[in-house]
Amino acid sequence: MSNPTDRTETTALVRQSLQKRYAAEKRFRAYGIIAILASLGFLVILLASIIAKGTPAFTQTFVKLDVQLDAETLGISDSPSVDELRGANFNGVIRQTLRDQFPDVDGRKEKRDLYQLISTGAEYRLFDRVEADRSLIGTTLSLWVPADDELGAVIKNGDDLTRPDDIVTRMSDAQIGWAKQLQDKGQLEVRFNSTFFENGDSREPELAGIRAALAGSAFTLLITFCLSFPVAVAAAIYLEEFAPVNRWTDIVEVNINNLAAVPSIVYGLLGLAVFINFMHLPRSAPIVGGIVLSLMTLPTIIISSRAALKAVPPSIREAARGLGASDLQVVTHHVLPLAMPGILTGTIIGLAQALGETAPLLMIGMVAFIVDIPQTVTDAATVLPVQVYLWADSPERAFVEKTSAAIMVLLAFLVAMNAVAVLLRKHFERRW
Amino acid sequence: MSATTLLIAAMALALASFAYGRAKAFSVAQQHGGMKAMHSLPSHYGMMVALWCALPALAIIIGWKLFEPFIVSNLLDSTIPASIIDAGPKSVELYKNEIGNLVDSDRIANIQDPDKQIAAQRLSSLQQISSWALVVLVLSAAIAGSALALKRIAPTTQARLTVERIARIFLISCASLAILTTIGIVFSVIFESMRFFQQVNFIDFITGTKWSPQTAIRADQVGSSGSFGAVPLFVGTLLISFIAMIVAVPFGLMSAIYLAEYASRPVRNVVKPLLEILAGIPTVVYGFFAALTVAPALRGFGESIGLSVSSESALAAGAVMGIMIIPFVSSLSDDVITAVPQAMRDGSYGLGATKSETVRQVVIPAALPGIVGGILLAVSRAIGETMIVVMAAGLAANMTANPLEAVTTVTVQIVTLLTGDQEFDTAKTLAAFALGLMLFVVTLTLNVIALHVVRKYREQYE
Repeated sequence: MSNPTDRTETTALVRQSLQKRYAAEKRFRAYGIIAILASLGFLVILLASIIAKGTPAFTQTFVKLDVQLDAETLGISDSPSVDELRGANFNGVIRQTLRDQFPDVDGRKEKRDLYQLISTGAEYRLFDRVEADRSLIGTTLSLWVPADDELGAVIKNGDDLTRPDDIVTRMSDAQIGWAKQLQDKGQLEVRFNSTFFENGDSREPELAGIRAALAGSAFTLLITFCLSFPVAVAAAIYLEEFAPVNRWTDIVEVNINNLAAVPSIVYGLLGLAVFINFMHLPRSAPIVGGIVLSLMTLPTIIISSRAALKAVPPSIREAARGLGASDLQVVTHHVLPLAMPGILTGTIIGLAQALGETAPLLMIGMVAFIVDIPQTVTDAATVLPVQVYLWADSPERAFVEKTSAAIMVLLAFLVAMNAVAVLLRKHFERRW
Repeated sequence: MSATTLLIAAMALALASFAYGRAKAFSVAQQHGGMKAMHSLPSHYGMMVALWCALPALAIIIGWKLFEPFIVSNLLDSTIPASIIDAGPKSVELYKNEIGNLVDSDRIANIQDPDKQIAAQRLSSLQQISSWALVVLVLSAAIAGSALALKRIAPTTQARLTVERIARIFLISCASLAILTTIGIVFSVIFESMRFFQQVNFIDFITGTKWSPQTAIRADQVGSSGSFGAVPLFVGTLLISFIAMIVAVPFGLMSAIYLAEYASRPVRNVVKPLLEILAGIPTVVYGFFAALTVAPALRGFGESIGLSVSSESALAAGAVMGIMIIPFVSSLSDDVITAVPQAMRDGSYGLGATKSETVRQVVIPAALPGIVGGILLAVSRAIGETMIVVMAAGLAANMTANPLEAVTTVTVQIVTLLTGDQEFDTAKTLAAFALGLMLFVVTLTLNVIALHVVRKYREQYE
């Protein structure tokens, strides 16, 4: 035992150091809070920047034109066939309308600048109207057509068309002046952008939409679900309920865990080498994308299904067996229905992961420029995240907002899927 | 009749067989004095009949689809002109492809060349014969199968055992699919890599410092013989992964410690799922964020303090990748920290340590193996991450450790080599598979080590 003076000295030392130690304690705690706040801050910045960039894409600027559908200017007869109509000079009519509206515009360059105010999609809109109703030929049709993306961007940034200095635009002063005249006459309007949800991809930002990508995503996910869900559930049932404890089962288990951590791009290489080059399945098709993604999501679904099966208490199995059920009956009649909510939750989370996946689909050629909406699982298609990737590469400034808007749609789907998963878990989860 | 309709027809037949078999089991039971006389339940007999109906039909469809193209193509040989056969197997292949395309697009009538006309007509008639033969064969097999099985419905037939045996085989084959996937991955990358290493020396690939995969298309082109030294890619990958870990480890680890040791239950319940959102955001979104928000911001900031920052700097890609990995590190660390036994903390408190001292000197050392394992898993994920680097990192293979410059990575090169170019036997495209092999081996090794470490650690405290 040390003497009393020693002990007081130790106590004094400890007392002295206490303040420092408490300060260290506070600092440590603060680091933790800072780390969490910073991580959540990143999340907020990420989402805020995308929402800020993407929101304008949900509206579109339209220009009202009073188009004179003169059969002569169109270069067609009075009651044309569809083919004849297809060859009609709708572009010329629209240009004529613009020239009539601004009679003082002169010279090739000025005229070209004027035409640029209107999107190239205007003539297709006109064609659709005339094709639906031939009696319009010879009359004056007042039609709202989409404006060019540059004009759209300027309008959205500020209502008054006094040339804003802080906005970088390719528009000339003259173009802004014309646009101002149109606006004063009430011929400019900003509306909800339904084109974005109805069209496929386009080189023109104001005509580009996500419909084709959405359809491609839906087909791909459908294939993924149809393949991965039954196989994963069967594999999980076998491993959890039937598999004997031996080397083979061990290998399968380790294998599944490792597959879950294989980089997704490697699955793309597998898809390219096996399904496209060896089996000659069609390139860019949702069927190949779906197969690759289902191989990728299998481990995820198997692991969560096993957890759900494991959570069903053994007493239920024993009771069923006691009543004379066979092994398979125990599983299909009792264990599987009880584990189903958990299995479905895992499946939805796996599918959400598949919905956001891009890299393996690049490998199997789903990066095509898709204008037409795919009708079957073997048509060339693209998916939403790949569309995001393609648009992000486009030089036009208006594609930035399109990209952000597509991301918002993608995130909305992911949020919805995860919400369903959470609800499923909350609603059906049983504590034994 | 397409394969899909045929499949649906076979399934409908199987369903009908089930209903019929079940009904027959009831009637057979009546003759023998009630259900007690039968070995199995009526639904088992129904299932047995349905399986007898569906399985042979399915086998025939699959076999037919696998072998039909070869057989039809061989039967077509007699119509190929001798001049094409003399030109070698490649031109025969080309010729057959052309005929196939003509038939598929329904343009037989427009063909000018009489040889091709004959071949196309033969092909189209062969295809028609084949599709009708398939329909007849499948339907008769399905009906014969169920008829045979219906005959076997008797009190002594062990229908349940048959059905359960088949079900078990199905379960086993599904579980083994995981192995098949691995084998598929290994074989597809190894096979193509071997072809690559026949053209490029393995040692040159793994130690070379110059990467320019552009090979000459014509023999007389100058300056682009292509060199495949992958070291710059490895350096770039490691640099970006290192930056990512510098971001992810401190933030992830400190969040995990706070959540596990300090946070109250309600805080934990709110913050944990919020952090998990970061992991659920698709990587292409991070890539967009890195390329369009972070990179220009970094560049602007660098210019304002007089540094030249590349617009595709490793720093932007690495930092954003780090943000993505934060929840990964934090949830893995959280698991191992909460697995440390409470007794160890209590012992430390009893000796007068503060909470942070306990964490730093007792909990973290005890959890270290698990944390290291988690970090290794995170590294493997960073190495394999594709979209962020494809969108935010560069294409030029610079060998530099400067995070402000543009570097390229293994995954970026795989994507650039394989998108666009369709020619499949050039060194350029095969190089992608060699890189894929490297990627697979490295990430697999990291995973195996990490999982082993984590498992060892768990055993220690169980």
